[in-house]
Amino acid sequence: MSEKKTKRRDFLFTATTAVGAVGAAAVVWPMIDQMNPDASVKALASTEVDVSSLTPGNTLTVLWRGKPVFIRRRTQEEIDEARKVKMEDLIHPEKDEDRAKNPEWLVMLGVCTHLGCVPLNDKGDYNGWFCPCHGSHYDTSGRIRKGPAPWNMEVPKYEFVDANTIKIG
Amino acid sequence: MSDHDYRPKSKVGQWFNDRLPLLTLANHLTDYPTPKNLNYWWTFGGILTFCLITQIVTGLTLAMHYIAHADMAFESVEHIMRDVNYGWLIRYIHANGASMFFLAVYIHIFRSLFYGSYKSPREIIWILGIIIYLLMMAAAFMGYVLPWGQMSFWGATVITNLFSAIPLVGEGIVTWLWGGYSVDNPTLTRFFTLHYLIPFLILGLVVLHIWALHVPGNNNPVGIDIKKPSKDTVPFHPYIVIKDGFALLMFMIVFAFFVFYAPNILGHADNYIEANPMVTPAHIVPEWYLLPFYAILRSVPDKLLGVVAMLSAILILAVLPWLDTSKIRSAVFRPLYKQFYWILVADVLILGYVGAMPAEGLYLLIARVATAYYFLHFLVILPVLGFKEKTLPVPLSITEPVLGGSPNLAAARNKESKIE
Repeated sequence: MSEKKTKRRDFLFTATTAVGAVGAAAVVWPMIDQMNPDASVKALASTEVDVSSLTPGNTLTVLWRGKPVFIRRRTQEEIDEARKVKMEDLIHPEKDEDRAKNPEWLVMLGVCTHLGCVPLNDKGDYNGWFCPCHGSHYDTSGRIRKGPAPWNMEVPKYEFVDANTIKIG
Repeated sequence: MSDHDYRPKSKVGQWFNDRLPLLTLANHLTDYPTPKNLNYWWTFGGILTFCLITQIVTGLTLAMHYIAHADMAFESVEHIMRDVNYGWLIRYIHANGASMFFLAVYIHIFRSLFYGSYKSPREIIWILGIIIYLLMMAAAFMGYVLPWGQMSFWGATVITNLFSAIPLVGEGIVTWLWGGYSVDNPTLTRFFTLHYLIPFLILGLVVLHIWALHVPGNNNPVGIDIKKPSKDTVPFHPYIVIKDGFALLMFMIVFAFFVFYAPNILGHADNYIEANPMVTPAHIVPEWYLLPFYAILRSVPDKLLGVVAMLSAILILAVLPWLDTSKIRSAVFRPLYKQFYWILVADVLILGYVGAMPAEGLYLLIARVATAYYFLHFLVILPVLGFKEKTLPVPLSITEPVLGGSPNLAAARNKESKIE
């Protein structure tokens, strides 16, 4: 052992360890991935909602993927209030035009982006929503205005199938 | 210690012990030399062992009747309460047992803080203890989810969402924890599995905790190294066994008071409403034993930093042996540390109180000041104190302060050595 030379045996050790590590990873991954959403959970990806009964100034809450979705038919004042807000006043700047393509209808996940509670309707300092858990205030566009939440309430993928039906997901 | 020369008296005992030295272990545990000045604050190790065993036994029996399914969990808990023979008793012992467990562990931790039990050579004992404490919190949290009430559901939602604060991978981790897009049946079944597993991990760590303790032996109220065995020690059995037993009895009176007279006082009425993903309760609060950390979480206005502060508040304890620079263990001989110690106790109690209150106005201000002080204590006061503090003279042995008070010291010493 006077000088350090790479020998056949060193190569064998390295190769064995490397193959062993790959094998271990191949066994570990299924054990980790089994905890991710399964096929039956993913299959519930979309839901259709009849909104014909909804009058302006009211909100319908439906369950989509286990989470509440707020469908708000906004009044003209609410739309105006949301659209006149300056971008520099927002914590997470998003135009109301981008959040509600059809201004009368605001569709978003009713989940506070802080720690996942359901905010309350028509509450808070900005006439929108207020999260009772840790005090986040959202405006009439569901944008975060005050409190610990970092982002606006998320707008999911949705479309009007016909005049009275919204398909979420 | 007589470990090595121990030999069972009976032939059968010798035959068995030569093959598996369990009798040597039993002999080590009974003869284990313990400082003779241990006070009642030292009885909580035994009390905690009792708590762990109680939780495991009641938990096993509850698991025979509980159904881990989102549609049936809530009803199965009510079934336990109303239909199962003594189900109400077993469940109330288990639910209040968690609180008793934490009550005992907090006393145990604060005893270590006062007498410097975490210092060299007991760092590993301390770190194992912190890991046990973390696992206890995980077990308690997941156990609270199982009845599938409103607090269960929303507590699970809020706590799992803490992980979403991690940049980039946070959302993916939360989905992975849930096994879906919200807290739901897959979440419940895995929480049940882990809630069942963790107590046995804790049991294993407790064995290591005690093993590590038996290497240097117990610290003591004077906080000095002692010779073992010597006139400063007594054998574990019967001296400590009886003392621990008496303290356990007192503890069980408190335990029984909660179980029989106020079984729901530490819980939340909201948890008797079945989980509803559409409605969040107006005021979400964790169980009392997590409130100080909850207060720290809420006192930071930024989501990620709030989570970081909360975790740091716990993990900072793991490096405590290196933050405390003082060579003197016991606060008895540290006049300044003793004062800061009580301020820390008050600080944690205040954090616990504001954690239960809404996070606004004066409460929020108090929470912020108390959070800042908590970190100041560990990161500034403790390291500096070790260099600045003028400590009191430490006795050479446990016996010395007693003898030192005698007008005739030499005579007393002489008498003492004769007794030995």
